[in-house]
Amino acid sequence: MRKTCIDMVYELAKKDPRVVFIGSDLSPGLLKKMKDEMPERHYMEGVTEANVIGMSAGMAMDGYMPYVNTIATFITRRCYEQVALDLCLHHLPVRLIANGGGLVYAPLGPTHLAVEDIAIMRALPNMTVTAVSDAEEMVRLMEATLDWPHPIYIRLGKGGDPVVSRAENGFEIGKGIVMRRSEARDPVLLISCGVMTNRALLAADLLQEKGIPAEVIHIHTIKPLDERLIVEHARRARGVFTIEEHTVIGGLGSAVIDTLVEHIGARMPLVQKLGLADQFAKNYGSQDDLLELSGLQPHQIAERVGQALQQLRVA
Amino acid sequence: MSLIEILRVLYDDVMRYDAARPDWPERDRCILSKGHGCLALYALLADKGFIKAEELDTFCRVDSILGGHPERGKVPGVEASTGALGHGLPIGVGMALAARMQKRDSRVFVVMGDGEINEGSVWEAALAAGKHRLSNLTAIVDYNKIQSAGFTKDIQDLEPLVDKWKAFGFATVDVDGHDVAALQAVFRRLPFDGKKPSAIVCHTVKGKGIPFAENDPKWHHHSNFDAPTLEKLHRAVGAGQ
Repeated sequence: MRKTCIDMVYELAKKDPRVVFIGSDLSPGLLKKMKDEMPERHYMEGVTEANVIGMSAGMAMDGYMPYVNTIATFITRRCYEQVALDLCLHHLPVRLIANGGGLVYAPLGPTHLAVEDIAIMRALPNMTVTAVSDAEEMVRLMEATLDWPHPIYIRLGKGGDPVVSRAENGFEIGKGIVMRRSEARDPVLLISCGVMTNRALLAADLLQEKGIPAEVIHIHTIKPLDERLIVEHARRARGVFTIEEHTVIGGLGSAVIDTLVEHIGARMPLVQKLGLADQFAKNYGSQDDLLELSGLQPHQIAERVGQALQQLRVA
Repeated sequence: MSLIEILRVLYDDVMRYDAARPDWPERDRCILSKGHGCLALYALLADKGFIKAEELDTFCRVDSILGGHPERGKVPGVEASTGALGHGLPIGVGMALAARMQKRDSRVFVVMGDGEINEGSVWEAALAAGKHRLSNLTAIVDYNKIQSAGFTKDIQDLEPLVDKWKAFGFATVDVDGHDVAALQAVFRRLPFDGKKPSAIVCHTVKGKGIPFAENDPKWHHHSNFDAPTLEKLHRAVGAGQ
């Protein structure tokens, strides 16, 4: 997904003269072709995130569409005020490509984990927040960015993530995708984003085996949120479970609950947020290790959903 | 209260612009990075016809376009929304690079406060400007030696300030920021070096022209004057004469 995203910057730059790449302190050979063929639109600016964001804003004010790339946590926490004011207040078409969203940098510890990036980005007016599921969907997102006039946060997975998106589902920024439907009267609804959609689909298979029908909605755009789709499916669900590689505070789960409270209110179904606890990571290991510790692997998701339904019946 | 002559010289004698077309691509750009100095900017924008003079009377009213910090998109002629400090120079670097990419000869002027340049983002941008040899970019420091908490030498000493800008790759001069002729002469020499960004350190006095306010940190954010003070202020600036 990461390589595809970066390669796409070059592809977009070839067809659109507005496209500029700005990296911080990334791999020496990154976008070499772009650097060779259009050096005036390829910038590597060192560890200066505040400057990089402001600089991208200045370029965008004069007609460019900068794609800024660095590690997720440094493009969000480190220069939050620049993102808020330089990009969002001015409402500029800058794209923030965030390496290692979620737990990707597990071995590097909490300084490098971006686990509240979605929350803080979605709190900003004018910002669009995306987390696609795989490399093929990344291509579709990147193509769509050229026509999107707002700032965009692009959360990247680790790379090599299983491809679950399908071309026939199409892609539109701000539109959710029903990845799995159920004809049952009151299925469970799993709503996921990013690489968790793969795990949500696997969990849905496990639930089906247990006789619990499940639908899966993939939300590649957390903001603006496809409220209509979520509400439509949540109305007939016996339970709604949000699944994200992100703190349970302020991310996809919070966005979904806000939507359901507003549109369904008193007749809310059971809703549960499956995400990361409100704490800094205590362990290293791999992304999968930390997901396991957080109960976010497919078998754990299926178990937690099953337990929640059981409690609902008991209650 | 210390930057009016700097802005006056920029708008009277230095910059290329068309008030009727504030988004004219070929214009020079002035970013007032010390957004709290916006009253001076608004006065110039009114004087040059970007906004109507009557707008000045609406300052900070609920329906005014003129707030306590300037906003791009609201006020014609304002190039960037500033207020939070340390944002102007990075944006200016981006504008200067855009001009270079578009082969425009527009110049970018960024006016900063001395307290403002405590911010690390200013020096990140200074590194970038030096690296890219942005001779179309001029950093201007309104060096009145007073920040909110007191004198800069006591709070966060900036000296040797001219040497700092030089060390970051700027061709740098310092000048009396209230001497209009000296400012005009300095700006005429831009760029000081065709392969470097320029920096102008303007020595100024906060509250210049109002004897009882000059160089007094208490006047950094002074408002809500009582009637006698207001009268003294009016007398000092010759209002009504």
